[in-house]
Amino acid sequence: MIIEAGGQPPAFLRLSMGQALANEGDLLHVVTNDNISTRRIAFGRAIVWGSAAVLALTGLTQTLQETGLAGFGYSNWRPTLYAYILWAVCLCWSQVLIRGEQGKRTLFVLPAALFVISMVVFPLLFGLVIAFSDWNLSSPTGRTFNGLDNIRQMWRDPFYWNALTNMVWYSLAILVEYAIAFGLALLLNSQIRARKFFRVAFLMPLMLSPVAVSWMIGKSMMEVRFGPVARLARELGWEQPSFFGSPELARASIMIMDAWTFIPFMMIMILAGLQAIPKEVQEAAKVDGANAWRGFWEVTFPLMLPVSITAILIRIIFKLKLADIIITVTSGGPGGATDSVTSFIFREYRDRSNVGYGTLLAMVYLVLIVIAMTILMKIAERWMRPQY
Amino acid sequence: MTEQIFRDSNTDLAHRARWWTGRIAVYGALVLWAIICLFPIYWTITTSFKMAPDVMKGNMVPWWDFSPKWLGWKSLGLSPDTIGAGSTVRDEFLKRFYNSAVTSVTSSALAVVLGSLAAYGLSRFSYRFGYMKNSDISFFFLSQLILPPVVLALPFLVLYRSLALLDTQIGLILLYTLTVLPIVIWIMRDQFAGIPTELEEAALVDGLSIWGAFVSIVLPIALPGMVAAFILSLVLTWNEYFFAALLTSTHANTLPVMVASQTGSQGISWWSMAALSFAAILPLIVIGIVLERYIIKGMAAGAVK
Repeated sequence: MIIEAGGQPPAFLRLSMGQALANEGDLLHVVTNDNISTRRIAFGRAIVWGSAAVLALTGLTQTLQETGLAGFGYSNWRPTLYAYILWAVCLCWSQVLIRGEQGKRTLFVLPAALFVISMVVFPLLFGLVIAFSDWNLSSPTGRTFNGLDNIRQMWRDPFYWNALTNMVWYSLAILVEYAIAFGLALLLNSQIRARKFFRVAFLMPLMLSPVAVSWMIGKSMMEVRFGPVARLARELGWEQPSFFGSPELARASIMIMDAWTFIPFMMIMILAGLQAIPKEVQEAAKVDGANAWRGFWEVTFPLMLPVSITAILIRIIFKLKLADIIITVTSGGPGGATDSVTSFIFREYRDRSNVGYGTLLAMVYLVLIVIAMTILMKIAERWMRPQY
Repeated sequence: MTEQIFRDSNTDLAHRARWWTGRIAVYGALVLWAIICLFPIYWTITTSFKMAPDVMKGNMVPWWDFSPKWLGWKSLGLSPDTIGAGSTVRDEFLKRFYNSAVTSVTSSALAVVLGSLAAYGLSRFSYRFGYMKNSDISFFFLSQLILPPVVLALPFLVLYRSLALLDTQIGLILLYTLTVLPIVIWIMRDQFAGIPTELEEAALVDGLSIWGAFVSIVLPIALPGMVAAFILSLVLTWNEYFFAALLTSTHANTLPVMVASQTGSQGISWWSMAALSFAAILPLIVIGIVLERYIIKGMAAGAVK
């Protein structure tokens, strides 16, 4: 899975882990005298294995019914789900029963770990099965394994490759967003009045639902006849403003709307970084005769590099999920020019309700993302390593 | 007139002029961006009070170039004269609003509970699950951020169908919890790392158990961080559209799905769309203004350390 992208956690994650992980070993030393009776241990073992047996039995009977070998009167897979939850609870409880104090510590992490594993790992494995099958949810035939057909179809699907290239363009737009966000953060960090008002105002776009935003801006304000943005464009001398007419313009419009929503996100991170830089550093640069321009490029910017890279990487992660705005404003048009991978798969499913092909596309996307992010993190790590 | 003897030298005057142009540039940029951020909200509010001709003419300032009418809110059943009468649209809206509120609050709360526990454990004890050590477990949790929702969407569609969880609130809550959990863990780990372990050691010496120390000593200190994580999760889950559009159809629809489904049908009645959009974003605008401090704190947590 994506856990093992190179063995070591990448730079931006490790940086944020701070000193908590610098020294392995318990930070909190507890010496307890656990007197755990053998009966307690036996009971702990019993509930784990007992509930596991219940789970196995339920799963087995349900599978039998599904394959038509025997009827048990189940209407859905809920019983297996309940049995699984029972098993998970018993597992957590037994940790305390069997291992005492040590078990109580495990109990901090175990629920979250079980939750994530059952919600991610299991569906991903299941997704791998779906990805290599032809499965139309509305047809009565159900799932049929079709080998590599989906891959061949993907290879010939120009719209998927188009969506992937669009994602590259969308990701490149982050550099511009970053520049704007940095500028805004510098402004907010300088000596200004009404700082609180500006901070709240600048934060606002992030709070708004992308769907409402795409209506407000994409459908209403960019409306060709009377939208205020179109009016402004006409005032500025653009005769026939159409924001979603040509592929390039449509893509740019989507980029602008997405940037509008997410610039505050980067701005806040950069602002936090700026406020963490001690004032003395800038003052020392000033004393040494640096003007504001050089002071920025040779002191502030290098100091901000780690924060910047973290912000950009996280922003890329969010950008790769981009879909809401595209689905609601252009639904991929004109001619798939604005499609992101997510919106393309969404439409693919909506139009043909074929789960198999969509899942394969998503899986390939995931692999590409993991590769790209690993490379980016490696580069970032190498770049940030002190060179003196 | 005698010439002034003591006066600012020319270089100082030039400095003053530069200072003023600098100030004007800074405030100009600030105001410009504030307008860019706030104008769409203003446009939505005013449009919800416009009539068709006002929309077509693009009038913008109420009472000056158009007179506000309750048109948009009437179609939503929320204007003063329709608020008493029954309205199917309003019932629909309130149902969606309720769905959104339940799913986002529950999933955020669940994520904060699970995430805080995990983050606390990871910041205090060293674990070993097989070959995985603390840093690996942390990375396992945080790496979920990279997972795009579309990868999980279709498998979950199929799984939920066979579990009869399709179009239920619980189904959405589980998925939303999963999507915000890494963010919560990130913020909370940072919080707990900043709390000195001596506090718990003292509590343990005084006879509290690990969990007792956690609940009565550490949690109160970490509360601001938890609020920040909760609010941030709330914002993300309230606005979520993709999963909701895919996994719900009639019962558990959330507000974004309702807003999105209105756009295509029967031409666009701009005023009612504006009213609906504004009603959908209003809770978050209020949260943004009142709890801005926490949101910024939450987002800044990961950046600096």
